Amino acid sequence: MATVTFEKASRLYAGSTVPAVNQLDLDVSDGEFLVLVGPSGCGKSTSLRMLAGLEEVTSGAIRIGDRDVTHLAPKDRDIAMVFQNYALYPHMTVGDNMGFALKIAGVPKDEIKRRVNEAAKLLDLEAYVERKPKALSGGQRQRVAMGRAIVREPQVFLMDEPLSNLDAKLRVQTRTQIAALQRRLDITTLYVTHDQVEAMTMGDRVAVLKDGLLQQCDTPRAMYDTPANVFVAGFIGSPQMNLAEAVIVDGGVQLGQRVIPVPREKLDVATAEGAKTVTLGFRPEDLTITDGSTGLAVKAIVVEELGADAYVYGELVETAGNALDVIVRVNGRKPPAKGETIHVGIQPGHEHVFSTVSGKRI
Amino acid sequence: MPLQVTGSPDEPDLLFLPWHIPLEEWPADQLVALPRGISRHVVRFVRLNGLVYAIKEVGVTLAEHEYSLLRRLDRLDVPCVEAVGVVTGRTSPTGEGLEPALITKHLQFSLPYRALFSQTLRPDTATRLLDALSLLLVRLHLAGFLWKDCSLSNTLFRRDAGAFAAYLVDAETGELHGQLSDGQRDHDLDVALVNIYGEFLDLEAGGMLHETVDPQQTAEAIIRRYRRLWAELGEALVVTAGERYKVTDKVRRLNDLGFDVAEFQVVAESDGSHVRVRPKVVDAGHHSRRLLRLTGLDVQENQARRLLNDLDAYRSHLGLPPEDEELVAHKWVAEVFEPVVQSVPRELRGKLEPAEVFHEVLEHLWFLSEQSGQDIGIDAAAASYVTQVLAYRPDELAVLGKRIGTPSDSTQSLPPILT
Repeated sequence: MATVTFEKASRLYAGSTVPAVNQLDLDVSDGEFLVLVGPSGCGKSTSLRMLAGLEEVTSGAIRIGDRDVTHLAPKDRDIAMVFQNYALYPHMTVGDNMGFALKIAGVPKDEIKRRVNEAAKLLDLEAYVERKPKALSGGQRQRVAMGRAIVREPQVFLMDEPLSNLDAKLRVQTRTQIAALQRRLDITTLYVTHDQVEAMTMGDRVAVLKDGLLQQCDTPRAMYDTPANVFVAGFIGSPQMNLAEAVIVDGGVQLGQRVIPVPREKLDVATAEGAKTVTLGFRPEDLTITDGSTGLAVKAIVVEELGADAYVYGELVETAGNALDVIVRVNGRKPPAKGETIHVGIQPGHEHVFSTVSGKRI
Repeated sequence: MPLQVTGSPDEPDLLFLPWHIPLEEWPADQLVALPRGISRHVVRFVRLNGLVYAIKEVGVTLAEHEYSLLRRLDRLDVPCVEAVGVVTGRTSPTGEGLEPALITKHLQFSLPYRALFSQTLRPDTATRLLDALSLLLVRLHLAGFLWKDCSLSNTLFRRDAGAFAAYLVDAETGELHGQLSDGQRDHDLDVALVNIYGEFLDLEAGGMLHETVDPQQTAEAIIRRYRRLWAELGEALVVTAGERYKVTDKVRRLNDLGFDVAEFQVVAESDGSHVRVRPKVVDAGHHSRRLLRLTGLDVQENQARRLLNDLDAYRSHLGLPPEDEELVAHKWVAEVFEPVVQSVPRELRGKLEPAEVFHEVLEHLWFLSEQSGQDIGIDAAAASYVTQVLAYRPDELAVLGKRIGTPSDSTQSLPPILT
């Protein structure tokens, strides 16, 4: 049981002037499942490895509970890196497969047995403890791998893209299993992925990083509803949020020939920064079909039918010459045809406004 | 997506393997039954025109990652299997997508540890195996490679004149960094310890382990050997002109550990007062094995080193790239080595082994060239050596009491080129 704290933790590689992780401040509470997500090179794996002791911390500190682990050797940190790629030894029982590493660490036999049985129970593998791995299904094998980490009873689990080499189907299955198991175990877990869907579906909270800087750390819901900046807005959500630079006018912002109403106080913030425009964001599902007299005209280029819904990938007609791509979610039962023009309006209150100066949410 | 093969497959028949069938179901007549290690993926071997290839089904990202890593490791002169290519766009006749495949060249005469251990393994054989693995791990770490899954299963061992050389075969989890931190190395060692221990326990559980081999002690021995070797190699030795003995000491300590030094990397400090010396270590008997592989000449280690030096000099003289090593070796045997040995009259051939004769001719050449202030050429040196030196030598054949091998009269009997 432990909290994890990054305090202005940085990692600067020799020969580089830009830190790979830049003054990271992060508080992970006891038992929490925190997912670090971001595009490649954002510093998410480096952050995890700093916690694991695989990367030196150039400045700042990292704590597990109230222990400062900044300069401890990996094995003295009481953490377990969980791999998806553990080997299963065919001649050993499932129980031995889970517990053998404890033997070399000097854990007494009775204690190993207790931990293995406990882990097997958690993993629904009780019936297999004395059997050989040959008897296991693919999913059960994955759980034995988890078992090997669980029996170590670490204070923190670390997982670095653990699903990356599974096929799509097993990935979704294992994703659910890991999330469910983590909740049962209640062990603080840091999980790294580049996949925002994985992040949103698994984490209690999600930390988005870019260029070594923490962009936002929040619950998946809050991250989705109130992204802190343009980057998070575009990164979280699939298909992604529509983002467009729009000129500030009386009563709102102008997009194509239409004025989209935006609360006055938000526009005042932008004007105070000296800006004449804001970045307007609206999610595909926050658009509704309107009649031709009011909405934004969108010409459908590609229509992706998913059954219940369909996504229209189109262009705003009225910004011709400066074509703006727009994605619209529509009812799957009557999607527009390719080439057809539809009219859409943003549901009031569902627009996101960002400063064109700082990129921050207004 | 159509079938695509990226990489540099020099064997066109690779394209015509049954890629539309899952690897697990490939017809037996396409396959070679070679011993395999424990793998999370389906791995099969095929033989095409005399060469064996290993094929592994693995996700596209991993396949491409491993392919490029193996290529880079190869360039860093780390012993690893040779990556041939990645096959993507595989579909079954019903249009179902199949997993991509990574093709590597099978390492000739190599064995996974299971095959080595499943025969009765003598404890000293186990020790040689572990030496080979700890050396491989040190070399990988020096090259900045973080393995993250070091195990006996991910290593192939090539039997080599009573010893073993270890090769990395699975780089799937690996990462290449400029330099590894102590934490990264520690982590790699922790993983290696647990993996190797587990593998020995499994052999034990399967009744395949020699009763004198203790899983825990053996696994821990690898890590201990690694640490001793790293202590000698991890830090470059900094010496001044008068401290040559320090280098000799280091070489001796490495020899005591059971390793040879193949070459030194020497870098002068900017102020010119010190040089940094970093020995490049190979397992014992490296030179004689390399010479044997290249030329079929089976000689002692020091002779081999001398002969290889001449061979390397010959190659750079011809201006040929290192890839043509085998080719150059054949040329060198035919045009340099054999003429010298053949120039010894039959009645004098019992005096000294051919490799030793060649070695002494090289010495003689150096001596004469220095005396006359110009390179007199090896033919003249050989002629002079026979009359001036060899004729006065005692007959070693009689001393040794057995026949000393003479090379054949032609190059016809040279071993085939092994790549």
